[in-house]
Amino acid sequence: MRFLQCGTAALPLALLALAARPNAAPAQDTTWKEGVRITGIYTPGSKPGLLVLPTTGPNADSLRAIFQRDFQHGDRINVIAMDAATVPPPNSDGRLNYLLYARLGANALLQVDPTSYGIRVVIHSVGRGQIERSREFPLPSARDTPDWRLAVHAVADEVEQAITGVKGISATRILYVSQGRVWQIDSDGANATPLTGNVGAMSPAWHPKASHIAYTSLTDAGARVVIREIGGATRTLNSTPGGMSSSPTFSPDGNTLVYTHGKELGTDLYAVNAFGSDPARRVTVGRGSDNTSPTFSPDGRRIAFTSNRPGRPDVYISDADGTNAEWLMPFNFGDQSYRSDPDWSPDGRLIAFQSQIAGNFQIMTVSPRDRAVKMLTSTGVNENASWAPDSRHIVFTSTRGGSRQLWIVDTESGTFRQLTHAPGGARHGEWSPHLSTR
Amino acid sequence: MIKSQRILALSLIGLAMVAACKKKQADTGVVPVSTPPTETCDQRCRDSIAADEARRLAAARQDSINAANEARNRALATVREALAAKVYFDYDASDLSSEARATLDAKLAIFQANPGLRIRVAGHADERGSDEYNLALGQRRAVAVKRYLSDQGIDPSRIDVVSYGEERPEVTDGTEEGYRMNRRAEFEITAGGETLVPPR
Repeated sequence: MRFLQCGTAALPLALLALAARPNAAPAQDTTWKEGVRITGIYTPGSKPGLLVLPTTGPNADSLRAIFQRDFQHGDRINVIAMDAATVPPPNSDGRLNYLLYARLGANALLQVDPTSYGIRVVIHSVGRGQIERSREFPLPSARDTPDWRLAVHAVADEVEQAITGVKGISATRILYVSQGRVWQIDSDGANATPLTGNVGAMSPAWHPKASHIAYTSLTDAGARVVIREIGGATRTLNSTPGGMSSSPTFSPDGNTLVYTHGKELGTDLYAVNAFGSDPARRVTVGRGSDNTSPTFSPDGRRIAFTSNRPGRPDVYISDADGTNAEWLMPFNFGDQSYRSDPDWSPDGRLIAFQSQIAGNFQIMTVSPRDRAVKMLTSTGVNENASWAPDSRHIVFTSTRGGSRQLWIVDTESGTFRQLTHAPGGARHGEWSPHLSTR
Repeated sequence: MIKSQRILALSLIGLAMVAACKKKQADTGVVPVSTPPTETCDQRCRDSIAADEARRLAAARQDSINAANEARNRALATVREALAAKVYFDYDASDLSSEARATLDAKLAIFQANPGLRIRVAGHADERGSDEYNLALGQRRAVAVKRYLSDQGIDPSRIDVVSYGEERPEVTDGTEEGYRMNRRAEFEITAGGETLVPPR
């Protein structure tokens, strides 16, 4: 996706305020490249101030509210919170008084206007006093539906990329387990929807293209891995019959499913073609130990997993075929910490996991490169970390609010927000990749 | 084999009935002898005494049957209790303590007396560990129980195992004692429960 750049100061500002469509744009079309930022708006280390101008047209208020909340949740933009009524209007000639907005702390203005099939989004640079980007986005005609909201979130993510250079994470959904069912919820906490009946669900996982999910179903015959096409068929994995099979995860290319299987002595990781009927290939050789909770490095060449081969659960990393297994954590003589449930960040730089501190799990990250450890939580019991596609936010289960619910932490600022308010509690959050709108 | 056991069971019931009859008669002190006709008791009178006597005998017989059934049910209840007796584990461990082994030993004779008996061993964990790891831990506990029983001569094909991890806690009070109660293996009869007999 790309924004049209219409930064020519020669364009009449009155037209800008009215969001005129730059019909001559193709000549000025500059492809949006990831990591490129708009000059003068973003300074590393500080968040650019963004004022979302009051919008008009149908669902104007909810549009503005969704955008503002999405930018707040992204933690990369400082949203200047103002009631629509108190935002300075354009001058009588239609021009925007950029100096006035600058005094309010705005580095950028976001102007959203309705079009016949969606919205036009215009980003103004306050410092340069001009329009930086302008683009139309189609939206589903049925407003305030889950699809409509997802499409609006996708626009917010594009705006965030245009302003900060990093795509936002609002057009994502989080799988979780509540009362034996797999649910999904939008990244802003809207549209909590059950995807399964009560199947004793555990450990849901997204396919990297978000076309399928896999989860554990706990039956009286034992735990089974189930693969389900979103809006389609459900299939119980039978590559390793009997015993228990659990904790599925897809490889980054989406072709392989790695899961835990145990029957008699110990549990090991197995790999199987996610959409074929080949026999499973054993990955770990645990010699009677338990090996579970696999997670892939983003290049698909390494895995991290929980293993009790040292006599207590700890996090290991190995090659994807199970060879070259090594301790993830630096060896500390006498260290008996219980560590488990790793999740590799999508950019590969960090692995989140849980470690028992004074009997309670806390979420930590470790760099597989230099083994530097950071503790992210300290209140309540915190577990089941799952990275957002921006490799910056983590969803996890926490008891900090009283009941067990999903929370999101910004690993850079350390701020928390509660995602679910599920009756009966929520756990096993699993963050989706960026979702494309249909 | 089953037939001979049935006969044995029936004869046991019979013995119990006789024993119960004798006991009952001794208690009431009634001696059932036919009463000769006298001046004061005509035929009608004697018939009524005989009918009364028959009722008393029938009641005594029923009592003895009930008593035998009760005894049998009590024995079966003891058997079921011994079969269902849970074993408990240390934190993050699947080793069987001497107490756990004694609990399992009490099940051995029942397995031997009931060749048709099959069970499912369900392994559980307390709620403090990792949910996914605890699924594996519950499996390890259930398998440890199965291995112990099969090492004592029980055909392993008679024992299914399942792990519920920490998903089905028995106690949710969050105390050490509660955790201990949850680190357990449970036993469920999957076949042969209707024809269960006590071991000799």
